[in-house]
Amino acid sequence: MTGAKRGEILQNSMTYGLFTGAFVMHYGAEKVGILVIPAGPGNTERQINLMKDFGTNMLHITPSYALYLASVIYDKGFDPKRDFKLKRAYIGAEPYSEETRIKIENMLGIDIYNCYGLTEMNGPGVGFECPYKSGLHIWEDNFLMEIINPETGEPVPDGEIGELVLTTLNREAMPLIRYRTRDLTRVIPEPCSCGRTHRRITRILGRSDDMFIVKGVNIFPQQIEQILMGIKGVAQNYQIVLESYDEMTIKVEIDRELFDGKIERLIKLKEEIIDKIRSATMVKPKVELLEPGTLPVSEGKAKRVIDNRTI
Amino acid sequence: MDKVYIISVFAENKPGRLERITKVLAEANINILAFSITSTNGFGVIKFMVNKCQEAYKLLKEKGFTVSLNEAIGIEMKDQPGGLYEVVKILSSKGINIESASVYVAETRKKAYLIVEVEDTTKAMESLKEENLKFLKPEEIL
Repeated sequence: MTGAKRGEILQNSMTYGLFTGAFVMHYGAEKVGILVIPAGPGNTERQINLMKDFGTNMLHITPSYALYLASVIYDKGFDPKRDFKLKRAYIGAEPYSEETRIKIENMLGIDIYNCYGLTEMNGPGVGFECPYKSGLHIWEDNFLMEIINPETGEPVPDGEIGELVLTTLNREAMPLIRYRTRDLTRVIPEPCSCGRTHRRITRILGRSDDMFIVKGVNIFPQQIEQILMGIKGVAQNYQIVLESYDEMTIKVEIDRELFDGKIERLIKLKEEIIDKIRSATMVKPKVELLEPGTLPVSEGKAKRVIDNRTI
Repeated sequence: MDKVYIISVFAENKPGRLERITKVLAEANINILAFSITSTNGFGVIKFMVNKCQEAYKLLKEKGFTVSLNEAIGIEMKDQPGGLYEVVKILSSKGINIESASVYVAETRKKAYLIVEVEDTTKAMESLKEENLKFLKPEEIL
């Protein structure tokens, strides 16, 4: 679909583990006859060495790491067009803007393709961009796609924004019928210049619930709330602040009545919060202890998640 | 028992926090005799010994501060080389661990008091009874 072919080399810089993204791309590429380097994320120096030594043609990588990798390549004095054999990158697992795509494309001199998927649908193989890069073709021979109004549950006409609902058509072990992704998007009704008739959707525009994703992990504010409310020394008010896709900060007001003047107690309280949230979500949070009354008092529905991340 | 009291206030490690607390004390005409700040990554505890501790505690609580009143022991030390050493030598010989400490210089350059918070104030004072130590009396700081 993007021109990848047998004999090419894919460097897979996604996390191998409980995250589906790396494996789906790995097995998919092998099926085509592509050599896969299971690099995993991080260790940027080694990534660059692998790219040089193997003559990597394709990267599968998150946008934030791609930007960092590109900047290190420049810092080391490499010219990506001269020193590497990179042609394209598949970027996903985090939302990113068109500006970010163009920036990475220009820095590395390659084409970047967006992909869409979710763990419940086996990962990244739900929708993919073609060389026209104007929306993601959903594999409609595998998934029945509906866009609904998340409040009424009624389908909306093509072109209108709504929640993406998917039904698997040929999955055997665990078929899912009308699975509500909670991802908001719209169908692009016009035919694509590439000639494919599978309908396209736009990038994901947001969520119809308050779930957020950090380090590839789906987290609901209620999970955090449940943990905090079970810890002695914590008051009612808290806030989750997101500044990047791999870190969350939890601001917690301490309980005025349980303050005993000992800083050791507060340090222990902070560690307890970090430990309990990490074991429940697999993400180690940053925790800030606040004076009671610091966080804005909510009127009606509390705004628990402050998402300052730009896409 | 001549226990004294320390006021502890929880504070985020941000500009203006100490100012807000001391403003309350200043406006109520409360005198700070000794004070210390312990801070860690992001937050800290500010401790005061003041002349009107019950009043200060009530006032800070009313103003919405996160505050606690803690027992402490004030031990006189000579304001001269070795003054602190003489006192802590006795404390350590009794196995008393200092959880927080500050110094109150009572009459300028004449005598000073080491103000310590320990795990069990009553027990610690009991074990120090036989020692040749002078304790700060609550009425001395009024």
